[in-house]
Amino acid sequence: MAGHESTSNSITTSVMLSLRQIRRSPLMLVVHLSVLFLVLLWTFPTAGLLISSFRDKDQLAVSGWWKALSSSEQNIIGRTASPDQQVLLDGKYVLSGTIEGFDTKDKILRFGWKSKQPEAYQVGSVAAMKNGATLTVNSEGSYNMTALEPFTGSRGKRIFYTEIAAPKFSLDNYVEVLNSEGIGQSFINSLTVTIPATIIPILIAAFAAYALSWMRLPGRGLLIALVVGLLVVPLQMSLIPLLQLYNTIGGFFGVSAKTYLGIWLAHTGFGLPLAIYLLRNYISGLPKEIIESARVDGANDFEIFVKIVLPLSFPALASFAIFQFLWVWNDLLVATVFLGNGENELVLTGRLRELLGSRGGNWEILTASAFVSIAVPLTVFFTLQRYLVRGLLSGSVK
Amino acid sequence: MEQLLLSLLVMLLGVLSCVFYFFGTNWLLIIIFPVKHVSNEKMAQNIRRAAAIRPWLFLGPALFFLGLYLVYPVFDSVYLSLHGRNGEEFVGLANYQWLFQDNEFIESLTNNILWLLIVPALSTFFGLLIAALTDRIGWGNIAKSLIFMPMAISFIGASIIWKFVYDYRAEGSEQIGLLNAVVEYFGGTPQAWITIPFWNDIFLMVILIWIQTGFAMVILSAALRGIPEETVEAAVLDGANGVQIFFKILIPQIWTSIAVVWTTITILVLKVFDIVLAMTNGQWDTQVLANMMFDWMFRGGGDFGRGAAIAVIIMIAVIPVMVWNVRQANAQMEGR
Repeated sequence: MAGHESTSNSITTSVMLSLRQIRRSPLMLVVHLSVLFLVLLWTFPTAGLLISSFRDKDQLAVSGWWKALSSSEQNIIGRTASPDQQVLLDGKYVLSGTIEGFDTKDKILRFGWKSKQPEAYQVGSVAAMKNGATLTVNSEGSYNMTALEPFTGSRGKRIFYTEIAAPKFSLDNYVEVLNSEGIGQSFINSLTVTIPATIIPILIAAFAAYALSWMRLPGRGLLIALVVGLLVVPLQMSLIPLLQLYNTIGGFFGVSAKTYLGIWLAHTGFGLPLAIYLLRNYISGLPKEIIESARVDGANDFEIFVKIVLPLSFPALASFAIFQFLWVWNDLLVATVFLGNGENELVLTGRLRELLGSRGGNWEILTASAFVSIAVPLTVFFTLQRYLVRGLLSGSVK
Repeated sequence: MEQLLLSLLVMLLGVLSCVFYFFGTNWLLIIIFPVKHVSNEKMAQNIRRAAAIRPWLFLGPALFFLGLYLVYPVFDSVYLSLHGRNGEEFVGLANYQWLFQDNEFIESLTNNILWLLIVPALSTFFGLLIAALTDRIGWGNIAKSLIFMPMAISFIGASIIWKFVYDYRAEGSEQIGLLNAVVEYFGGTPQAWITIPFWNDIFLMVILIWIQTGFAMVILSAALRGIPEETVEAAVLDGANGVQIFFKILIPQIWTSIAVVWTTITILVLKVFDIVLAMTNGQWDTQVLANMMFDWMFRGGGDFGRGAAIAVIIMIAVIPVMVWNVRQANAQMEGR
């Protein structure tokens, strides 16, 4: 007997050893590197968006975000001070100072005074202009323009220059999209849709899930099968009938068919199959003894549910709440069909879609707007990931 | 701001009315079928009656919402698909006849089949690969978390992220899109990727694969961890190498999980429309059923008959998975 035990022990030891050898083999380096590669592949697109949203919009338009930290060459049109600041020096009219809008961190390489030859002169050299006028520009942005005739006009003269621009980061893009592109208002609209649409289905689903787990009723199996079946019914099936229904009801009461109430209820309906399924999986897994002993003590199902099952189900409720929150916040389809396009109704996803059409080339607008819209779900994701994973594991039909 | 307060108020109101409904009906039940101060016989009868009614009170609101928002529309969509653009005049199968002669529909159908073949397969493959690799390394959880992250991003947000990756500038000017920059670095010619038929479909699919791999990874990683160590140890004893262990021991044991992942992503692929809408809106041969259906709902004031017909086609494609799911769920319940 003892001999048998020791052989089995030595077998276990040798197995453990060989497993460990697999773990320590040089193959592990390959594993580390491939995981690193995959992680970079998966995060680069988002990182590009995030970095770009903080970049200066002129730099964003001419260089890739991976070059955000290096200086870049840019062609810029600046202006001198306005002609009323000219002074008369040695018989010449002179305008001098620093080019308007020039960032002192940058360095000018070349300059010009004609739009056709914007980089005709090296920095520091003297450019001869029409009628004996001259222009000199130094690398740190100061200029000196002289002329025999007085300068006229109300605005300063144009100077074309090519500079090495230092990397610039700011919150300017965010300030712009939040205020003038309507992202701020849409953010509030999205919250308005999401909060009730996340909370209301929970209670309805929890009662139903309890009934389907612990109460005796005819056709229980059929109802559960119905819920499982409805889990995969495509939303597309519901859109047209409900749109018609909403139009009829709206027409009857003389109100718009596209209201917040309508979308809250729609999201409640669409979220219920998953809610019931998830919660039923959890609630039916609670220990039988707890519920039966409460029954023996004379509690009815209502009391059992409210006092025992509901508090115990918190993790499952949280899982569903996170799912529903992410789904409603990220939804475009339901919002487009059941909510209007007004300033007080357009949600973030709808606004992004609109911006893609109207501001398709303005990456400073698109990147900052997109990041505002994904910041909330990302925060939820990283803080509550545990519940999300748990929900995924019990929420997929096995 | 007022709007937010309104929304909080509604949330409160909604919760309160739920509470009111459940408490109220329960209270009514106790009043109608009292269990105190009645004869024993009466009490037993009342308890039985209350217990027979109570489940339906619990289920009531849920059944109402499921019925109104999901069950009724399924039948109504089928009904509408047999009717004209306003849903009034009966046209028989005309909408379906039109569908199968319409080039856009054939194109959508072909594209959808392509999506169905590629997206679930690659998402599951990458998910399994990453699950298997990260299982063995110390920083595996951080890696998993980062790869899982796109799950939280909306399809439209993801479309913007990837549109930026695919951005195209004419040859000669500096590329700000990552893909073209890489192509140029290796000596290739930059392309306007999303306008090249066939390949643009693949570039759109990449977005969904990028999002769904995290889901596949989470499910499959849990499945891999659930495999009893002894089976692996026995294989090692018998002299199996790593590849053999993976394909002959691990894969067969997580087969159901792989099927779950595959079918879930399949359903999602059939429903996805945001990506196509945002990236191309069906131009350059990228149309899919869900986007076409959305389009017909509103095109020229909306053609409900044709829109519903496309929805029914999507539904038919979903039915096999639905049947499989229901059977799985039933089998699981009987096992309990």
